[in-house]
Amino acid sequence: MAKTLFQKVWEAHTVRQLPNGQTQLFIGTHLIHEVTSPQAFGMLRDLGLKVKYPQRTFATVDHIVPTNELKEPYSDPIAQEMIEALRKNTKDFGIRFFDTNTGTQGIVHMVGPEQGITQPGTTIACGDSHTATHGAFGAIAFGIGTTQVRDVLATQTLALSALKVRRIEVNGQLSPGVYAKDVILHIIRVLGVNGGIGYAYEYAGTTFDGFSLEERMTVCNMSIEGGARCGYVNPDQKTFDYIKGKPYAPKAADWDAAVARWASFASDAGCRYDDVVQFNAAEIRPTVTWGITPGQAIFIDEKMPALESLNAADRATAEDAYKHMKLAPDTAIKGTKVDVCFLGSCTNGRISDLREVAKYLKGRKVSPNVKAIVVPGSQLTAIQAVHEGLDKIYIEAGFEWRGAGCSMCLAMNPDKLVGDQLCASSSNRNFKGRQGSQTGRTILMSPLMVAAAAITGQVTDAREVFTV
Amino acid sequence: MSLAKVTQVKGLALAVPGDDIDTDRIIPARFLRCVTFDGLGEHAFRDERTGPDGLERPHPMNSAQAARIAAAKQGVMVVGFNFGCGSSREHAPQSLWRFGFTAFVGGSFAEIFFGNSTTLGVPCLTLSKDDLAECDAFVRANPEVEVTVDVQNLVVTAGAKSWKASIAASARDGLINGKWDPIADLLEGAPAVDQTAGTLAYVVGK
Ligand code: SF4
Repeated sequence: MAKTLFQKVWEAHTVRQLPNGQTQLFIGTHLIHEVTSPQAFGMLRDLGLKVKYPQRTFATVDHIVPTNELKEPYSDPIAQEMIEALRKNTKDFGIRFFDTNTGTQGIVHMVGPEQGITQPGTTIACGDSHTATHGAFGAIAFGIGTTQVRDVLATQTLALSALKVRRIEVNGQLSPGVYAKDVILHIIRVLGVNGGIGYAYEYAGTTFDGFSLEERMTVCNMSIEGGARCGYVNPDQKTFDYIKGKPYAPKAADWDAAVARWASFASDAGCRYDDVVQFNAAEIRPTVTWGITPGQAIFIDEKMPALESLNAADRATAEDAYKHMKLAPDTAIKGTKVDVCFLGSCTNGRISDLREVAKYLKGRKVSPNVKAIVVPGSQLTAIQAVHEGLDKIYIEAGFEWRGAGCSMCLAMNPDKLVGDQLCASSSNRNFKGRQGSQTGRTILMSPLMVAAAAITGQVTDAREVFTV
Repeated sequence: MSLAKVTQVKGLALAVPGDDIDTDRIIPARFLRCVTFDGLGEHAFRDERTGPDGLERPHPMNSAQAARIAAAKQGVMVVGFNFGCGSSREHAPQSLWRFGFTAFVGGSFAEIFFGNSTTLGVPCLTLSKDDLAECDAFVRANPEVEVTVDVQNLVVTAGAKSWKASIAASARDGLINGKWDPIADLLEGAPAVDQTAGTLAYVVGK
């Protein structure tokens, strides 16, 4: 019988059926970070349990790292306490920790792929909702809660129910200046922020075939913003090429067997999907959010929706959104003044993002009214970027160049909006208060659109600022 | 591990209206800077309840009703659709539970929030859109009436009113049988786990 990748991975990792009807699913790879793991280790200790497969859990630190402070102790004692708790827990339980002094630390969803830990046909769990990022490699990757982190530590399994699979096909060529970020923002806009509940998203079609692994990661990353707990792309030659030579990639004699095995996990031709949705890449334009959910998005050259045009349920959220964003319905978003520009996060803080923007940034200057920061998602990315001289391009243009971490994606470190500042952001969430100020405002967009906003001081169509 | 059987939750109810209420609103990220869940209760919905000026804002969580629920350490929160969307932070249900909420009734729940709540023994029951509107209106108009969330029989009752509710079968099963924390079952499977591990090349190191 023809099967989807989801079904094949699920079956290969099924341990048994639990009395309540759920599946006990083997989690081959477990990633942890400082925010959602300390309580799990606490529970483990309370129950007197050990970590079952310490070599299958990998740790790093990302959310609380102050990206403008490279030396410890950090001036923030809580951040210091959290990083030390992780050091102790990983040491006590024999877990590999990609610590800040190793040159390999970074946002957990960047470290897995960079190390070759993220592989096709595997199951991955992490106490972080953007774990779906790893699906770009054809893995089934879930975000989990802290008690489930405990479950994986103690048993290397989770109690889960299988998901339905929706195939999201995007075909054709994106226009210049339109990026993977626009594709996923557009998908969420159309299918809604809860359209994916109960589903795994399989992203496919010629657009995805043409995407690099980093572009695929950008899309899979935001599956959760569309309500889908997991999203993936079938593995192909690009996937294998990306993994080859990475520290945890299969070596020498094992490589060919691994590739054959990985390829066999791809969805079979003629398999049954619970739903199929199609998009035409050529119709997607640079997309920005105007509200307080990632689904409240428009093309840059559109007007924000008039309240009358929305159904009753959406209208209430929209009214709330307009009030918070201090924006007016039925007007253009282009030209809205921005205060802060943030380039980074697990959505768009990779080397390809930094390179793409740097290409256009040479010789341009950040508007004097804007604070612009660029935060490589990982130390390896930062090292590579510096090696290529990208840091100089950003600094010359007026960006602050930072160390690796989550930074202004969320307010757990010193990078925060102040008051009602408006931030053009390459991250993934525009929730109220997300960037650290209750009244702070976030507009999500692609990295190049962030750069265009930084230069002009307003929400701008990057295609009018740069020759794309 | 023996856990309480959650067949029914009874308590005063508080309506917290709105769809797509995300976990950043339920518990702002700065309160995640901690290594235990202790003390999270008082910060539930902090930025909705307190303005940038530090003053209280009108919010259901600031009401006398909320205070009664906090004092009783049991109560029902009536919410909208897609409640708890956003991050995987268990801090969200933890904060509401520590505040005093022991059940949720809503139109729909984000999956991770639902799972995190169930694992705390806190049921999330779903009502149809019309029933939810009626339930919401009823609890606002009759704050003194206790609401019963019957997980066993899948019904929510308040006074003379009752509404048919639903919840994922596995969650219901776990709650009413005192197996809402799956750890015991998962540990029991250890031999089978090792067997599965042995069949996975990447786990055995290839
Ligand atoms: S970059 Fe943002 S979304 Fe990604 S893991 Fe960090 S905080 Fe979460």
